Amino acid sequence: MEFEQILFYIFSFWFVASSLAMIFSRNAAKAVLFLILAFFSAASIWILLEAEFLAIILILVYVGAVMVLFLFVIKMLNIDKSTLRAKFAGYLPLGLVVAAVIVAEMILVLGSHQFGLEVVAAPARHSADYSNITVLATQLYTTYVYPFELAAVLLLIAIIAAITLVHQSQIKRKQQSISEQVKVRAKDRLRLISITSPNKKTKEVDGG
Amino acid sequence: MTNPYSFDIASLSVAIPEIFLLSAIVVILLIDLFLTQPFKQVTYYLTQLSLLITAILAFNLIGQPDTIIFSDSFILDKLAAVFKVLMLGAAMVAMVYTRHYLIQHSLFRGEYFILVLLAMLGMMVMVSGYSLLTLYLGLEILSLSLYTLIAIARKRSNAIEAALKYFVLGAIASGLLLYGMSMVYGISGSLNIGEIAQFSSATNLGGREALIINFGLVFLVIGIAFKLGAVPFHMWVPDVYQGAPTATTMFIATVPKIAVVAMLVRILIDGLGAMQLDWQGLFVALSLLSIAIGSLAALMQTNIKRLLAYSTISHIGFIMLGFVTGVIAGYGAAVFYVLAYVIMSLAAFGVIILLNKKGFEAEQISDYKGLNKHAPWFALMLLIVMLSMAGVPPFIGFYAKFFILQQILSAGFVSIAIIAVIFAVISAYYYLKIIKTMYFDVPEEGNTFSISAPMDMQIILSINAVLILVVGLLPNQWLKLALSLF
Repeated sequence: MEFEQILFYIFSFWFVASSLAMIFSRNAAKAVLFLILAFFSAASIWILLEAEFLAIILILVYVGAVMVLFLFVIKMLNIDKSTLRAKFAGYLPLGLVVAAVIVAEMILVLGSHQFGLEVVAAPARHSADYSNITVLATQLYTTYVYPFELAAVLLLIAIIAAITLVHQSQIKRKQQSISEQVKVRAKDRLRLISITSPNKKTKEVDGG
Repeated sequence: MTNPYSFDIASLSVAIPEIFLLSAIVVILLIDLFLTQPFKQVTYYLTQLSLLITAILAFNLIGQPDTIIFSDSFILDKLAAVFKVLMLGAAMVAMVYTRHYLIQHSLFRGEYFILVLLAMLGMMVMVSGYSLLTLYLGLEILSLSLYTLIAIARKRSNAIEAALKYFVLGAIASGLLLYGMSMVYGISGSLNIGEIAQFSSATNLGGREALIINFGLVFLVIGIAFKLGAVPFHMWVPDVYQGAPTATTMFIATVPKIAVVAMLVRILIDGLGAMQLDWQGLFVALSLLSIAIGSLAALMQTNIKRLLAYSTISHIGFIMLGFVTGVIAGYGAAVFYVLAYVIMSLAAFGVIILLNKKGFEAEQISDYKGLNKHAPWFALMLLIVMLSMAGVPPFIGFYAKFFILQQILSAGFVSIAIIAVIFAVISAYYYLKIIKTMYFDVPEEGNTFSISAPMDMQIILSINAVLILVVGLLPNQWLKLALSLF
């Protein structure tokens, strides 16, 4: 067995193990940490596949930004686990059957006999001075410039949508409205309520 | 080696409508930022103006020879140009109705119109998409705008529920669509529709290739069926239609359907047309189920928006039947049906919005009791819409169903045609029930139907409803147009 293969199996083992641990862990914060481990393992496999740039981006963007945000959200929210689990148990048998059928179908259609090395040739190896980023950038700014621009529009929508849904116009601001303060009249602020109490004792206490 | 960064700027002229629209969006976004409250209407007028200019630019491109630019990911053919003009026209009508609704329910914000323009951009990208990647990106631009347009009424809990439901289910459907695309890409080695067509029509397609491309095809059909709202992927439709603000419901129900049909044509006919026999069976099941469930479930509805949702599902079933035939005449009939459906839906939601008052939505069918006594003209408009949806001649809805059934019969699917006709007759019941409510029921106490809509909306709505009759009287021109697109 080559050294590269050994590395591949180690990383794959950690990838699968940490993914399973993420799903089955009862603590949401631990689940996020296992997911980070899974991302690191996936990034390592990508480096073995000579996709260095993608691997680094995966760690920088997903681990560095997205997962930290996830941790924040989990720490902020008080997730009630018991209700989640009650629903989960109800759907479990049906879910297991559906999952088993889908996995069986996918193995039949997409198994190694369809995409294995005997059927599809292995991609050619590149030399050490081959720059991943240059090739990616050239592709992105020439062949894929139109999808690239569309992705930018998608981000613009995300910004507009987020602001539209969260922005509250002037309601939360603690602002003094001087004209309203001047215009105010007694009847706007003061309310006189005549209380007729049947219990005399209480009234005396009040008076005292 | 030639310089990879060089390109011919003149070749971009076929994408002028998209380029103009995106620039207009950015400019309007900035102008809206500096408008104070009394001048917010300016955003609306700028929106209408940019839709009009984009439509004119797209109209000028009709008749151009088929051109593919942006490294084979953007196509301009007659289908793209005509669909763009129709979508922009429908959006302009929808915006006239929308303004009235937004003012009535104090939802009038510049962002609403900007998001509509962005959704339009996404749909134009879809209609012109010639690679799986651009089709998907156009779809996501559309969907993301729509989610926000529903949730913009954030004080209503049912609008938030509808938005969240649509978002989660829409994300799952996008995932399925992407999975299907990745399979097709994995086996054909290209994202380009033309190259996929070449690959899939090769006569020596081996068992392995055929199996995997079929696997992807199933996911693609599911994704498209979800976006169209065909049974069994229809569960979101009634809830979203009911929960969303009526103006957004109208928008979701009309323009995006044209764009999704264009995406269907690009992927399943332009790309995988050689595998028509493989997706035909799926389409038969989807369309018959849609017609049946759409007709039966609508019988029990008391909310008119929910009723129109089920009616949409049944119309979608008929549109998909047109693609079952596998011949150009059938595709043309389906496109004609889409046009008819969009005109009818716009008018139906237009009347609902017209009867809106401050803080009151005319949502229940009982709200329409005795409409004829107070607003006979608009009762007549709704009568035309309902008769047309039920498929009564001489309205456009009759010819839409007629052309589809004609093509289904000539393709030899007699039993399918019989089932479709039986359910069309059943669905006539609930359309007629609304007519009965309007004309023969006594109005409830205190319901005065004061119509507060501005004159421009009343005129456009009248033209819209009369168009149902006019196109119904002269259907052949429109059918010819629809047939010339393929």
